[in-house]
Amino acid sequence: MTTATMERASGAASLPLKTRIAIFVRLLAIQGAWNYESLLGNGIGFCLEPALRLLPEGIHSTRFKSALARESHYFNAHPYLASVAVGALARAELDGEPPERIDRFRTALCGPLGSVGDRLVWAGWLPFCSLASLAIFGLGGNTAVVLAFFLLVYNAGHFGLRLWGLRTGWTHGLHVATALANPVLRKGPQQIGRLAAVATGIAIPLALGRVIGPGRSFLGAVLVAVAIGSFVIVRLKGRIEGWRLSLVVLAVFVLISVIV
Amino acid sequence: MTALDVLPIAILGGLLGLDVVSFPQAMISRPLVAATLAGVLIGHPASGLLIGAVLELIALETLPFGASRYPEWGSASVVGGAIFASHPSHPAGAMTCGMLAALATTWVGGWTMVKLRQTNASWARGRRDALEAGSRGAVTSLQLMGMTADLVRGAALTAVAYTLLAPLADFSIAHWKVDARLSRSMAITVAASVAGGAAWKLFHSTHGARWFFVGGLVVGLFMLFLR
Repeated sequence: MTTATMERASGAASLPLKTRIAIFVRLLAIQGAWNYESLLGNGIGFCLEPALRLLPEGIHSTRFKSALARESHYFNAHPYLASVAVGALARAELDGEPPERIDRFRTALCGPLGSVGDRLVWAGWLPFCSLASLAIFGLGGNTAVVLAFFLLVYNAGHFGLRLWGLRTGWTHGLHVATALANPVLRKGPQQIGRLAAVATGIAIPLALGRVIGPGRSFLGAVLVAVAIGSFVIVRLKGRIEGWRLSLVVLAVFVLISVIV
Repeated sequence: MTALDVLPIAILGGLLGLDVVSFPQAMISRPLVAATLAGVLIGHPASGLLIGAVLELIALETLPFGASRYPEWGSASVVGGAIFASHPSHPAGAMTCGMLAALATTWVGGWTMVKLRQTNASWARGRRDALEAGSRGAVTSLQLMGMTADLVRGAALTAVAYTLLAPLADFSIAHWKVDARLSRSMAITVAASVAGGAAWKLFHSTHGARWFFVGGLVVGLFMLFLR
């Protein structure tokens, strides 16, 4: 058993609170230098830098510089779940894992952290929170209530996921793959998808009702038009994005309304 | 319209444009929030919320997956929210013009994000040797330059879009000939249709989701009937 493994097993190593806070704040800016070549790479190096300062040789050492250079290479992941990678890589670097092993780990982690995060957050949690807020808006919720609900509920999940990821990554180090079998990550997207489907059904008619105002016969016609419009957009199968179609339709409508 | 009128709108657009990708992705850039905050700046938060809700329906379709190219809603919603909230009596055409302004800005905003990412890559290439040598300064400066550029991008986009589109919207509203309720219904029908299509795309592969949707729809229609 290596020293690193023994330390992990005993739980002896821990990140100082100040370092954890510094990493967490930097995680919020992990996509600050996002680009089409190294993607999140520079952001990973930026987030890990406070942890690398704990290397016994110090920040002017070859070990520090090699680790920072290695961690700033290409990396791709969902920005929230990148915290798992940051925690695990911080552990691996401080434990003195061999560079080749760290490189292999980085490569292996990219895919799962991207796909799981996209399904859980972008295609699940965000639409659910958005639709639930629209339902509250449709029920007559005032500005403060709608905004507070959206921001608090969404960010409870957002910050919770980043904190969980950092802690889990640090705890498991290079063995973090087992933690990705967490039921929330495996079954969460399905469950949130069902909740979001319910929220869609509730939110759309209520939001329509609030925006249009009183008058049921008018509202009925709009609901039918929305059903037809949605069907047409689904049948277009992504050949044109909805927002582009909206832009064209509304531009034509404005021209007709002003000129004719 | 003076520079002092545009400045607070531009600063808000810059901050919310930054939230889309760079910092902190807390979704204050979603139309529901961004348009409402623009309404707060103009002095009519309820108007901001109203157009924010309509734009949110369209934004449901946007999934910011990794390297995909997508519209930038933060700055755009500020422009749309400010234009709509500037007409607090909600005359005919105000919502349609606000939405159109937001959609046009979101289109240009998406393009500016692509350009920013290309610029970030070029800055990284220029520092390749320093990055390979493990320079803390190079890593940190790249990150800070990217975020600063994103902030400036959002603020400039908002300032230009608001300066150009607000007078155009005022002109269109002054010459609007279609009934106010019909105009607003047209706008919300377009937005809700996009939301319906987006919901299908998101949830149709989830087991049982269509029945959950139908259940929700029955509840939603019943509540609408009771109101």
